[in-house]
Amino acid sequence: MAVTGLILIGFLLFHAFGNFKLLIPDEGAEFNEYSHLLRRLLYPILPPMFFLWGFRIFMLAATGLHLYSAYKLTGRRWSSAGVSGRYVSQKPSTSKAHSYAARTMIWGGIIIVLFVIMHLLQFTAQVLTFGYPDGTTTLEPYDRTLAGFSEWWVVLVYAIAMLAVCVHVFHGFWSAFATLGANVSAKSQGVLKGLAVLISAALYFGFMIPPVLILFGVIGQ
Amino acid sequence: MKVTLRIWRQAKQDAQGRMVSYPLDGVSEDMSFLEMLDLLNEHLTKQNEEPVAFDHDCREGICGACGVVINGIAHGGEHTTTCQLHMRSFADNATIDIEPWQAGPFPVIKDLVVDRTALDRIIQAGGFISANTGSAPDAHAVPAPKRESDKAFDAATCIGCGACVAACPNGSAMLFTSAKITHLAMLPQGQPERYSRVKGMIAQHDEEGFGGCTNIGECSEVCPKGIPMETISQLNRDLISSLFKGTGK
Repeated sequence: MAVTGLILIGFLLFHAFGNFKLLIPDEGAEFNEYSHLLRRLLYPILPPMFFLWGFRIFMLAATGLHLYSAYKLTGRRWSSAGVSGRYVSQKPSTSKAHSYAARTMIWGGIIIVLFVIMHLLQFTAQVLTFGYPDGTTTLEPYDRTLAGFSEWWVVLVYAIAMLAVCVHVFHGFWSAFATLGANVSAKSQGVLKGLAVLISAALYFGFMIPPVLILFGVIGQ
Repeated sequence: MKVTLRIWRQAKQDAQGRMVSYPLDGVSEDMSFLEMLDLLNEHLTKQNEEPVAFDHDCREGICGACGVVINGIAHGGEHTTTCQLHMRSFADNATIDIEPWQAGPFPVIKDLVVDRTALDRIIQAGGFISANTGSAPDAHAVPAPKRESDKAFDAATCIGCGACVAACPNGSAMLFTSAKITHLAMLPQGQPERYSRVKGMIAQHDEEGFGGCTNIGECSEVCPKGIPMETISQLNRDLISSLFKGTGK
């Protein structure tokens, strides 16, 4: 859970960083080039698409193991603590934002899984053509992004999904390090939780800045 | 003062339990929570009713026998054991919900009494040191660093009451297990079996049916001895290290 979670967080940070190429005012030239380069990374050392597929399999394996851990943990929770509230007067003693994030990991996770499926169907498989006619597969990555985020409801769906990511990472980041043994003192707990706030906020704003700027016409005018 | 108690009554392990209301008058605010239950039981006995069964022993916060969920919080939320909680912590005319620890590996025996032998079996799986018998060695024969021995002592304050399990949304006994691991792992006497111990105790913890730790922190909040979350990380460090050692199961 911890190792795969950190791999996924690392991927998200790099993904958000890559998205900032949308902000370069060159009508998407560099963004498109970046997108195409990812498809033939390490070519001609490796065959074209080889690295891409290797990376996709790696990410899929990390995601699969992450989901499997979640499945096992939920099963163990149900058999020990029960499926519904076990006390007549159930009350958390840590009534903090952190506790909320920690308790809702499974729900945030389910929202994120559904979102990722939609996201891949939209941008990778091009089955969901938000903002442009169905059946079109010739649009450049930059134009697809612009078309999608010109629809206010697409941006809203992404804003909600990114909130789920943000809350999930807020607990997940610190929890992963605690599981790996890094919570050595009260001070290190403070540092880890502080970093969790920074990273989850960076992911939220990092992912939401380009779509919002596209929606308001700052990008692509 | 006067209180209304709503208490979980369950005749035996496989019986259906339910909350029953008991008004109780004449409670002194200087009474401990258990003395208040004693008072209730005196009234119930006089009325030829079955008294409420609850676990207790030392009544001074050091044995770990007592423990109930009070108003949804294990031990009542005053960072102490149920026996050291006093009625002054409650308002006059308050309604107080009293329930037993609830967890799969902690079956209710009767009313507020639960079977916590699962924790004993975790101890049996490695929570000890092996030492030759004979005359006691000199106290200073084996030096122990101050910082580590302090950590060991802090972890050793765990009385095994099970509040961590009762409070954990995952029903995990990780705080208990990690306190025992940390206590022995910090001392020279605990070194020979350090890595077989952590493997054995975690395997037993999982086999008992306790949930997995997701670092929520409810356990530490209700722990009457204030065992911190860091002890769980200590267990995890030892568990990761044990993967690279040839000892244990």
